[in-house]
Amino acid sequence: MDKEYEVSKPIYMQIAEKIFRRIIRQEIKPGDKLPSVREMAIQAGVNPNTIQRTYMEMERMGIVETRRGQGTFVVERQEIVDELMQTMQKEIIGQFVKNMMELGLGKKEIVKSLEEYLERGEDK
Amino acid sequence: MTVQFSGATKRYGSEYALHDFSFRFDKGKIYGLLGPNGSGKSTALKMAAGLVYPSAGTVAVDGERVTRKICRKVAYLTELDMFYESFTVKQMVSFYRSQFPDFDPAKAQELLQDMGLPENKKMKQLSKGNRGRLKLVLALARNVPVILLDEPFSGLDALVRESIVNSLLNYINFHEQTVIIATHEIDELEPILDEVVAIRRGRFLDHQVVEALRENQGLSVAEWYKRTIREKGSEAV
Repeated sequence: MDKEYEVSKPIYMQIAEKIFRRIIRQEIKPGDKLPSVREMAIQAGVNPNTIQRTYMEMERMGIVETRRGQGTFVVERQEIVDELMQTMQKEIIGQFVKNMMELGLGKKEIVKSLEEYLERGEDK
Repeated sequence: MTVQFSGATKRYGSEYALHDFSFRFDKGKIYGLLGPNGSGKSTALKMAAGLVYPSAGTVAVDGERVTRKICRKVAYLTELDMFYESFTVKQMVSFYRSQFPDFDPAKAQELLQDMGLPENKKMKQLSKGNRGRLKLVLALARNVPVILLDEPFSGLDALVRESIVNSLLNYINFHEQTVIIATHEIDELEPILDEVVAIRRGRFLDHQVVEALRENQGLSVAEWYKRTIREKGSEAV
């Protein structure tokens, strides 16, 4: 059971993002069937209503489609992997930049500190 | 099937266990009924189960004013531990079957297996965790529109709690069954709740939709609860 959802974000969105990451890593491929709402709810340890909302949101975003009587499938377009990659990157960077700016850092300082961090290696 | 409290009040002498409590629990949702010890959670559930009658106001299930007969529509898990000590798990299950025509023996069997409950053990041999699990089995094996759970986690360790949350997810008929869970242990339950209601000193404090709390206010249920009790709780004294 997955626990520890972030507080500030709706759970349905956090689960959608988990699924997006799995699509980006190719663990789930375009055209694949997703688990039923109930199965997914049990896997994620959340209310099925939440999963229903996750699936609805992903459908609205054009990532999945519901086929009548068959279930929910990732759309059969290879490009969505790249598109999701772009979207997720933008979001992660956006959050990072926002946090850095809250510390009072400017654009150049943010770039510099990121470069330094990457050069030093992740552990140091 | 809705559970409607309208000005429900319960007095014991000069003390109010529940004080002018009005709220409608809607069909097919899972509600957390939250409040500190002695806030009236148990009284509210007992009222909906027909075990306690209001001193004033009314409680109705599916439009029907609650009497003891409401147990046809309502499964109730008590916070107390009430088993016949010499019964085996199997006998306890058949006893329930004999009491409730809606009791689903196949579902009970599945639940027992899922929870790893030994059928031939006697009640007095069961650990506290297994007694907690058995109580849930007996409540969830009934095909009823309303399920009331009073402190299903109380005194149980993390593993048992997790198995209880899992069976709720597995066996509740979502969109059909209305589930009200009275608890003050929020963390495990939060991801499975649709909505939460806070009460204190017998009075209604607040009601929220869980995902909206996160989306609009960036609050978890636990944080909202603490805040509500702090801010609104003092007014209700």
